[in-house]
Amino acid sequence: MPVTRLKETASQTAGPYVHIGCVPSFAGLKGMYGGQDLGAVMLTEATQGERIAIEGCVYDGIGVPLTDAMLEIWQADAQGLYNARNETRGTADPSFTGWGRQPTAADGGLFRFETIRPGRVPWPDGRLQAPHITVWVVARGINLGLATRIYFEDEAEANATDPVLSRIEHKARIPTLIAKRSGDTYRFDIHLQGPHETIFFDI
Amino acid sequence: MIPNRPPVGGAYYPRDLLVHPPAYAPTYKTSILRSPQKARIGIDGSLSETTGPVFGHNILGELDNDMVLNYAAPGESAIGERTIVYGRVMDQDGRPVPNVLVEAWQANAGGRYRHKKDGYFAPLDPNFGGCGRTITREDGSYEFRTVRPGAYPWPNGVNDWRPAHIHFSVFGDGFAQRLITQMYFEGDPLIPLCPIAQTIPDKDALDRLIARYDPARTIPMDARAYHFDIVLRGRRATFFENRKEGL
Repeated sequence: MPVTRLKETASQTAGPYVHIGCVPSFAGLKGMYGGQDLGAVMLTEATQGERIAIEGCVYDGIGVPLTDAMLEIWQADAQGLYNARNETRGTADPSFTGWGRQPTAADGGLFRFETIRPGRVPWPDGRLQAPHITVWVVARGINLGLATRIYFEDEAEANATDPVLSRIEHKARIPTLIAKRSGDTYRFDIHLQGPHETIFFDI
Repeated sequence: MIPNRPPVGGAYYPRDLLVHPPAYAPTYKTSILRSPQKARIGIDGSLSETTGPVFGHNILGELDNDMVLNYAAPGESAIGERTIVYGRVMDQDGRPVPNVLVEAWQANAGGRYRHKKDGYFAPLDPNFGGCGRTITREDGSYEFRTVRPGAYPWPNGVNDWRPAHIHFSVFGDGFAQRLITQMYFEGDPLIPLCPIAQTIPDKDALDRLIARYDPARTIPMDARAYHFDIVLRGRRATFFENRKEGL
């Protein structure tokens, strides 16, 4: 008999009303939690690093943008350090939590994060990963949150040796993970299905 | 160089997908166009997955975990069956997961959400928002006070009803532990009829989402109590992880 452990609690869809619990001010619950949704603002003046914005839509199998999704992002600071309890390599920028949360807009479905360009983080074997941001998507109709990564088109050299991108068999799908730059804003669309289906990770 | 120091951030046990609903669950119609069709690519955790955001107790207001009062006018309270939901967040090895954020949301006692997209004609309760949050204590425990949510109809089949449920969003220490789920109430006849609850193919996995009535924690003449434990993914912890010195 193999060793048995407790089973993880089963996931259920976040449903159409996820905003009430996670972004209550966006949902119209006036004054809840001091009137500011957690993760809405990632930056202060003191945050170190290059300011960037990331925006995009989440498209269903027909190509219609989801207007009821919620995204969370998790990233390193400008030095490549995570503001986490189990970050042992150093102390991350105290003015940057590294975590953001945004709904897709009720009108049009656009999401937008204002953040900084992340530094490079090592892979467990010591190689450096290309700058990237971890993304988690939940919505009505998504039964288990979807994990993906944002990479940056102007980091081609780092992307070429990234340990995650390198192990993707179908190279033609890699562009689904690469955000396109326009000024200080990167566009990152997520396609849940279809020929341009975004690569999702089992992390 | 950090000499002679054991790793604290091993990767998580691979997610057992058999306890989770499949992405494509056609009796839950919305999943049909929102389910990825290509295989997900497995990556054993790097720091990007084994680390996660930290939320301090200082973000919490006094009533954040009390949905009976946290949206109510002074001196008023939410309408409905006063209910305590409590339990523990732990990992697959049974270890408590302390100091992590737990968020909850739900319909009011009539089955209506305070949300512009909810058009059900059950009335809103002016004293109920349906939103709560807390941070687990050192032993992983958490507690909410609320009113029991009502069942409600929803457009899927022509006559589908959601069982009474509370949505939970849970953080762990690592972003790979992130989980959103729903808690049901023991004895609800709608659970086996619900297309969303039934997206979970494993009967035991669904059963673990059903909170048990706990007479011992019930407060006499005040509120009944339900017990709901949450298990997050466990983490390998070994001296023999494949890692270079100093990382």
